[in-house]
Amino acid sequence: MIDVLYFAWVRERIGLPRETVETAAETVADLVAELVAREERYALAFSDLSSLRVALDQELSSFDALLKGVREVAFFPPMTGG
Amino acid sequence: MRLIVGEAGFDPGFEVNEFTAKTVGAGAIVSFTGLVRGGAESGGGMMIEHYPGMTEKAIAAIMEQAKNRWNLLDCLVIHRFGKLAVGEPIMMVATAGIHRSEAFFAADFLMDYLKSRAPFWKKEIGPDGENWVASKEADEVALKRW
Repeated sequence: MIDVLYFAWVRERIGLPRETVETAAETVADLVAELVAREERYALAFSDLSSLRVALDQELSSFDALLKGVREVAFFPPMTGG
Repeated sequence: MRLIVGEAGFDPGFEVNEFTAKTVGAGAIVSFTGLVRGGAESGGGMMIEHYPGMTEKAIAAIMEQAKNRWNLLDCLVIHRFGKLAVGEPIMMVATAGIHRSEAFFAADFLMDYLKSRAPFWKKEIGPDGENWVASKEADEVALKRW
């Protein structure tokens, strides 16, 4: 079980801010592939990974990172603070 | 160091004065305030979303780096989220150094990092609807300066 969070337009495309996902995915990319296979809205949100960022347990990470031990995964567009 | 992430508005002048009064031994205080610009794309103001928890951690880490690298006596970051009207302050940084150059460099560094490493997302509210602000290539280039 892993908490998956979505922000900004990723949240809007998927239609929810967070969900708990039952997964055996080894890497972030594997988790993305599982989500994309679910429904069109996920495919739409994850259509271009180069325009997305991922954080694992609230630290910026990468799509090839391992999910072992991770409790929270967040997907979002590049940040626009300041 | 003081970090505030919240929805409430703030008075940049008051914050700088308070920051200055609390800092002992500084020779230089630099502050920057970012405002909702308005204009064609965001005449209706702005919505700012953030990632509670990660936001505070990411900013605290950036502040710690700035403090160590430029030997700051203190630094302050305030960043808002939620709905903001044109002309309202979005965020501010203030740095206190022994000398001017440290305080300037640290403030510039903090701004570059807040822009693209603190988990905030801005949405402009314009006459034709709402649009997420896209990150700029220049923002990533700016980080390489440091």
